[in-house]
Amino acid sequence: MSSFDSSNSASLKRYVKVALAGNPNSGKSSLFNVLTGLNQKVANFPGVTVEKKTGRCKFYNSNTGAPTSFEIIDLPGTYSLYPKSPDERIPFEVLCDPLNESHPDIVIVLVDATNLKRSLFLASQIIDLKIPCVLALNMMDLMKKQMMTVKLEELERRLGVRTVSINARNEEGIEELKQVLLSSVPVPINDVFETTSLAPKLLGGLSVALALQSDYTALQIAHHMDAIDSFHFTVEQKKIALECLRQNPIDLDKLKSFETLERYKVIQEILLHAVSKGEQTKKNTASQIIDKFLMHPFWGNVIFLFILFLIFQAIFTLAEFPMNFIDQTFTNISDFFRENLPAGVLNDLLVNGVLAGVGGIVIFIPQIAILFLFIAILEDTGYMARVSFLMDKLMRKFGLNGRSVIPLISGSACAVPAILSTRTIGSWRERLITIFVTPLMSCSARLPVYTLLIALVVPQKMLFGFIGLQGVVMMSLYLIGFLAALASAALFKNFIKQKEKAYFIMEIPVYRMPRWKNIIYSIVEKVRIFLFDAGKIIIAISIVLWFLSSRGPGNTFDTLEKQAMELSLQGNTENPQLYSIQSKMLEASYAGKLGHLIEPAIRPLGFDWKIGIALVTSFAAREVFVGTMSTIYSVGQNDSDTKTVKEKMRSEINLETGEPRYNAAVGWSLMLFYAFAMQCMSTMAVVRRETGSWKWPLIQFAYMSALAWISSFLAFQLLS
Amino acid sequence: MRLSNLLKGESAIIDSFNDEVIKQKLLEMGCLPGETITVDRFAPFGCPIAIRLNGSTLGIRFDEAEAIVVKPIL
Repeated sequence: MSSFDSSNSASLKRYVKVALAGNPNSGKSSLFNVLTGLNQKVANFPGVTVEKKTGRCKFYNSNTGAPTSFEIIDLPGTYSLYPKSPDERIPFEVLCDPLNESHPDIVIVLVDATNLKRSLFLASQIIDLKIPCVLALNMMDLMKKQMMTVKLEELERRLGVRTVSINARNEEGIEELKQVLLSSVPVPINDVFETTSLAPKLLGGLSVALALQSDYTALQIAHHMDAIDSFHFTVEQKKIALECLRQNPIDLDKLKSFETLERYKVIQEILLHAVSKGEQTKKNTASQIIDKFLMHPFWGNVIFLFILFLIFQAIFTLAEFPMNFIDQTFTNISDFFRENLPAGVLNDLLVNGVLAGVGGIVIFIPQIAILFLFIAILEDTGYMARVSFLMDKLMRKFGLNGRSVIPLISGSACAVPAILSTRTIGSWRERLITIFVTPLMSCSARLPVYTLLIALVVPQKMLFGFIGLQGVVMMSLYLIGFLAALASAALFKNFIKQKEKAYFIMEIPVYRMPRWKNIIYSIVEKVRIFLFDAGKIIIAISIVLWFLSSRGPGNTFDTLEKQAMELSLQGNTENPQLYSIQSKMLEASYAGKLGHLIEPAIRPLGFDWKIGIALVTSFAAREVFVGTMSTIYSVGQNDSDTKTVKEKMRSEINLETGEPRYNAAVGWSLMLFYAFAMQCMSTMAVVRRETGSWKWPLIQFAYMSALAWISSFLAFQLLS
Repeated sequence: MRLSNLLKGESAIIDSFNDEVIKQKLLEMGCLPGETITVDRFAPFGCPIAIRLNGSTLGIRFDEAEAIVVKPIL
């Protein structure tokens, strides 16, 4: 290989990998956003579903102007390299496994100046791993408010690593940090906590066998031998490592707490010299005053309910306009293609398959974005942590955790990101129960189904002259979902054994103004997950549905299609005969056959084969219901197709009774079915990934289907 | 005396822990023997408990507060 080649490929392809580590709430995501801008990518760490945020960027040397490309990896926030929850496992694995694909060339440890002691604990562990390391001291402005100053040189001298003071909010010190990254960052020389002498044989043996950077890395790996399989060592190396641990047994638990205490002693000593404290003011901080109200044992809950009420009101009123706009736009695009492309199978597939599917997804974006806007604000200001605190005791009665509140609220937008957000729950049992019941919360995909059915069966009356009855029914459907989630959790907790001791230790951060940049990034990210993860499946289903309803088994369908073609060739598109043929075509199609096939199972719920088709098609995504209904009824009616789905459904007659098909009994039965049934492929896929097997999504599917069937049965039988 | 015995607004000094698992978690969060700890408030029905130490606030459950042995400030 010529030297030209290697240098060229190095400058073109090589990214310097930088990992961002730090405590939760230390401003890590702000720094990440400042360094990478919108040029970021969210993927999963291999094997687990912890989100891996990476971003690529170029920094320029201030003297020479030479550019260097960096890849920044945002590690989940943690207090220690010893993990307590699934997402805290990542920093340990990435930093201690030299062969991990995300193992960095440089680590930036974010240090919260207002909580120096605890931040430096994690920093000291990372320094001892002997990876080139820079400390970024954040929130110095807040520290100055507390009348404290840090001597940076003293900190640098005692810890042996470069330290830069930054302000992630107003981007102070960022340029200096970039220049430090561009200089060659050295490997820390001194140990903050000397490890080797604690177990020289074991640590030495591991270091050699696994080719590790430091003895502390060896100690960390010794602590996590059970997880050695997720490391990228050879089978031979792993064998030697296990043998080495067997021959040199040590009390690792005792060592862990010894190490922790020793580290804090060293840090205490460093802080004594590096920090000077001014007159401490004794007066209450703003956060404490706000908390008098927001965390009041009684009024705190009332305020929380009121905030929830406001959020839901806002979602419905604010999302209405953009949703109508999207709906109209997609109708226009469909019409445009229908009229301007040559008629035929492809046109039909594009308009009724693909476009209908895409439109069905895009329409939910306003609601999802607005809900996540509010959730992001509540999280970013620090209020969510307080809600978790207030709700923990109540949630625990149902086998849940204070932190389950966030997934449950998010679940009313979309269960997929909601289930991802259960990662912060440390106890596996409480996390599993949260994952299990979250899909019972009424997500925004149920909304169009509810809207349509409520308009059909609930009269437009006012209660007490000012409360709309239809709105009350809508609210009660959300409430039913929430109550079903709680009841199911209480039931489910009896069947899941406690693997480990459950605990709840969470920081309650000081209140802050929301950082709008972070919030916007977070919304973009959530919408992206929804669009691409769920979107793929919904489009696929729409295409399959299109195929099933435009093809049929045997000759019957083809004969009918030929007749229909002949009629439309005569230019007689308003011919009643054509509609009756189209209606027969639907019945003869694969979808129609499927509807007939399941009719016996759903007859006790008051559903006929047409509703059966909708149930089949919304098996993978419930929002397909409305689209299916409009397909079914647009081909089966004698009137011109300017009628809305609602009007078409309203004029549908039940042939057995001679009365309208959609009466209160069928309407409620359908609404409850959609409230409880697990009709979402994306959710099942995400549950599988999070729980690691198909066992839980299948149990969930069976449970929710049974719940849906039984409640629909009861509703229909009681109301009719 | 345990931390769980303290009333709202009372302070004490952390002495030791009587649960190894909880001990390690609390140590990492900066709950060290010798630190002054203050009960800030209780959630509805007395659990969890918000405690203040080192200028930061932590929420812990009653069980965890039981595991923290404290001594009065002299």
